[in-house]
Amino acid sequence: MGTVTLPTKASIWWTIYRTALAERLAYRGDFALGTLMRFLPIITQIFLWWAIFDAAGGGAVGSTRLAGYSFHDMVAYYLLSMLGRAFSSMPGLASTVSKQIREGEINRYLIQPIDMIGFLLLGRVAHKTAYYAIAIGPFALVFFLCGNYFPAWPEVDVWVGMFLALVFAFLLGFFLDLCIGLIGFWFLEVSSLLFVYMLLNFFLSGHMFPLDLLPPFWRQAVGYLPFQYLAYFPAAIYLGKIPADQLWYHLGIEACWLVAVIAAARVLYARGLKRYSGFGG
Amino acid sequence: MSSRQSTRPDYFRVFLTFARNSLVRDMMFRTNFLIEAITSLSWAIMNVGFYWIVFEHTPSIGQDTGWGKYEFFVFLGTTWIINALVQAFFMPNCEEFSEMIRTGALDFALLKPIDTQFLVSFRKVHWSSLSNLLLGIGLLVLSLQELAHRPVQPWRLSASVCLLYPLYILCGVAILYSLMTCLAATSVWLGRNQTLYDFWFYITNFSRYPMEIYRRGWGIPLWFVFTFIIPVLLVVNVPARILAQPVSGKSGSEWPLAAFTVLAAAGSVLASRWVFRRALAAYRSASS
Repeated sequence: MGTVTLPTKASIWWTIYRTALAERLAYRGDFALGTLMRFLPIITQIFLWWAIFDAAGGGAVGSTRLAGYSFHDMVAYYLLSMLGRAFSSMPGLASTVSKQIREGEINRYLIQPIDMIGFLLLGRVAHKTAYYAIAIGPFALVFFLCGNYFPAWPEVDVWVGMFLALVFAFLLGFFLDLCIGLIGFWFLEVSSLLFVYMLLNFFLSGHMFPLDLLPPFWRQAVGYLPFQYLAYFPAAIYLGKIPADQLWYHLGIEACWLVAVIAAARVLYARGLKRYSGFGG
Repeated sequence: MSSRQSTRPDYFRVFLTFARNSLVRDMMFRTNFLIEAITSLSWAIMNVGFYWIVFEHTPSIGQDTGWGKYEFFVFLGTTWIINALVQAFFMPNCEEFSEMIRTGALDFALLKPIDTQFLVSFRKVHWSSLSNLLLGIGLLVLSLQELAHRPVQPWRLSASVCLLYPLYILCGVAILYSLMTCLAATSVWLGRNQTLYDFWFYITNFSRYPMEIYRRGWGIPLWFVFTFIIPVLLVVNVPARILAQPVSGKSGSEWPLAAFTVLAAAGSVLASRWVFRRALAAYRSASS
């Protein structure tokens, strides 16, 4: 397919993006309600941590700190980690990929001049764009209502760092999930593997609690894994838990992880195709 | 159908048949059985891990509430036990109920010479969910052992607790069952109700923590609603408190609350029956 020129390619990709976007926007009502509901567990988290800080500080909720977090930091952390998850979570990606491999649907990527990974990535970008266009309402509402839990407005470089961290979180989340899905070339049934991966991800990404609460040894161990960039890292940047001089260092490490996971996905895909045989049409 | 007497089915034997059929079916997919057990075990470990970390930082959840580490693990074990019972006996049936309403398959249930709510509620048993029941009991035993060996006020098993704990577990299951049946029955009016199942998850989410944590600030209205109107806060709290802190009579409100729980359970079942009947009356088959 070497004859396809760059403008043609760009227009193909643009069409894929637009189609996926239109498809997603069809369910906007469900989206908005679903997003708002997803904040409900935050209410129980607020009361749970309120009680924990109360007991830990002997009644002095305002001045108590756990692992450097005040009660307000804690609530802000949960809200911000949801923002991180809004970028990094890829509902249905791995299961769709493994299903397409199992049922031979990937044949179409093999005969059409379209790269599967690129196609899926654009589909996700469109999915996320549509999601943010709708979800910004509920997010803005909840963040506004919880405004007094947040620390003072941070500096510009914190915003830049957080924005980059969120974009990286999206890419890292996409390629990690994709790798799990591509394991479907080797195993027909990946749903149980997927479930265990999701659980680990929930715990190790910091979605369940701020990773700083972990005992020192475990905190360090989790720091060597890529999962913390999916939820903990963007929230930690905003809350000033990452010292300014280390921000770019951490973003650099995240970029290295990203390159490694993209390479892994490419290798898995290429190796998997060698094993794969497509039948019928 | 010759005599009136033979038309009244033996409900218990029908239930046993349902349970056996489900077990036979589940046993056909043994690997699946094993996988579900493993996944629920990993979920359990993660849950305990989270609260373990929390209790590294605090002596208890809430000041003077009595929910220290092992008391809370009793609470957690109770949550698993109740959820396992609901998931094993009612969750698959309620899911199927709303599906039957949507597809019109409810016609066949209505034709059977047996109470429709019974038939719809007990048809399937999801045996593998009971692995959570074992995990819950395991956690209970371990934490009660810890509580029994503490130097101050060691925990002792009493006859009344042996009697009351299972009773209140059943009350909790009854409350959750009723709520779920009501939500599923709304399919008659709303058609598809995927969001309602999310709703179920978010409402029961409130029941998973000690009720004392809501009794402050703007939590009071929540506490009131989820105790007296949709009584999900009673589900785990009452049995867990009876088991974990049988002697601490700090607040005198415990026995009235326990009495109210029995009423709430009975009331919920009656309410679910009423909603179910209304749903059947409004049901029109899906075909032609």
